[in-house]
Amino acid sequence: MTPPFGIPVELFAIFLALALLAGFVGLNGLVLVYLERKVAGHIQRRPGPFEVGPHGLLQPLADALKLVGKQLITPRGADKWLFWTAPIISFAPVFVLFLPIPFGPILTAMELDLGLLLILAFAGINVLALCLAGWSSENKWSLLGAARAVAQSVAYEIPLLLAVLAIAFQYGSLNLSTIVSGQGAWPWQWNIMVQPLAFFIYFVCALAETNRAPFDLPEAESELTAGFHTEYSGMGFGIFFLAEYANMIVVCSVATALFLGGWHGPVASGVWWFLAKVYLLLLVMMWFRWTYPRVRFDQLLNLSWKWLLPLALVNLIVTLVLVKL
Amino acid sequence: MTMFQEIRKAIQGLWSLLVGLKITGHAFFQKQSTVHYPRKTVPNLATYRGHIELVGREDAPGTPKCISCYKCAVGCPSNCISLSCPEDQPSAKTRAQVVPDPLGQDPAFRLTPFKVPPPEGVGAPSKRTPATFHLDYNYCSLCGLCVQNCPVDSLRFSEDVYLAGFTKQEFEYDLLTRLRGQAGNS
Ligand code: SF4
Ligand code: SF4
Repeated sequence: MTPPFGIPVELFAIFLALALLAGFVGLNGLVLVYLERKVAGHIQRRPGPFEVGPHGLLQPLADALKLVGKQLITPRGADKWLFWTAPIISFAPVFVLFLPIPFGPILTAMELDLGLLLILAFAGINVLALCLAGWSSENKWSLLGAARAVAQSVAYEIPLLLAVLAIAFQYGSLNLSTIVSGQGAWPWQWNIMVQPLAFFIYFVCALAETNRAPFDLPEAESELTAGFHTEYSGMGFGIFFLAEYANMIVVCSVATALFLGGWHGPVASGVWWFLAKVYLLLLVMMWFRWTYPRVRFDQLLNLSWKWLLPLALVNLIVTLVLVKL
Repeated sequence: MTMFQEIRKAIQGLWSLLVGLKITGHAFFQKQSTVHYPRKTVPNLATYRGHIELVGREDAPGTPKCISCYKCAVGCPSNCISLSCPEDQPSAKTRAQVVPDPLGQDPAFRLTPFKVPPPEGVGAPSKRTPATFHLDYNYCSLCGLCVQNCPVDSLRFSEDVYLAGFTKQEFEYDLLTRLRGQAGNS
């Protein structure tokens, strides 16, 4: 095949894939912002965004344009280089995170035997970005937010890994497609029936890892103004925001693949089932956010070290014994 | 606490989380309790606390019940109210002369002296009807102390919700003129 304009086909394909992925993340970001505000509104018995477009549908677009148009301000005394690399570091892993996710029977960007490991490894980079952002801002609130982000991430990564590991041992594989194809179409054939505790632990940890309420301590508005992203204006903040939503989609996708049967559905299995389950989980996350007050930091750490970690360990050991039997 | 008590507490806690979800989930599907403002407005403003206004007498709605006791002006923590009474003439007492400024700041800066003589014939029913009654709403904290303190119930919160303006002066009210206008309209 002759490459168009002398560009190698592989390179062309990679750029196309990256552009599609960026489009997917951006589009989902817009949809999620809209959903989040609508859910918040309805839970508080008000309409949410309503004025821009029919039922406020164009509101996230207007917000995005506003963010793009804003001036980028670097605070005096900030470490300029770190300050502006932090949002990029926060968003860059997103491109890798989506690669091994099996959206449909053939719709997987890259079949990887270590797909799950890849996701877990790259998901950890986000906290580095938060840490850098908080550190380089020269703002005490940002720094406190960064410190919280790190402590929280360390505390919740372990039970999360242990919960995921139980599933991985059960299938003897870290390939998400293998795990999905091991589950059936009906809800009682999904892993959530076999591993409800692991799902519970995974979901709680996922909330904490994505800094979602009630675990949104790194950006606790009431105490830290906006935590690590206090000093970011315009798209600096916008990228953090987008990365947060992208990470939410990733953790929900992984939960769907691991526990909810992936793209399997009772009728017409396919990518729509996957997306429907992901969005269901995202809606639950939003529901949590507008229901629960933020926990205190000691409560947050206690929950992880005293409850989730032992439970995850017990769950893993029981799974191991049962798998061996 | 023993381990079992801890576990029981945790399960109770989890249960309460579910109850919380039930409440917000229920609210999600309920009718909205806000209105789309510019197209619709709230019909009943009875509980709304607007800026304060004077209450007219039953027999003469254009004249306030006020007996110029200065209690509201003295009690206002933000020094919003200034009034004068013809009985206190000819010196046209300012609030600063009635009570020393509690904060000891420059009275000229914080208080507006009123030297306007009362119009003839106005406030006939009582000698102590105020000649001027001004409110600087810019500083009002809507604490309600003036309404509570008035011995003759001559003050109340208005229902002026749709307030907007470009200058500070638009929020300095001559409450007597306002009352006369209201009485004329009704
Ligand atoms: S409501 Fe309070 S602040 Fe406002 S005028 Fe009355 S006493 Fe002053
Ligand atoms: S407290 Fe009542 S009666 Fe006394 S001056 Fe104020 S409005 Fe008039």
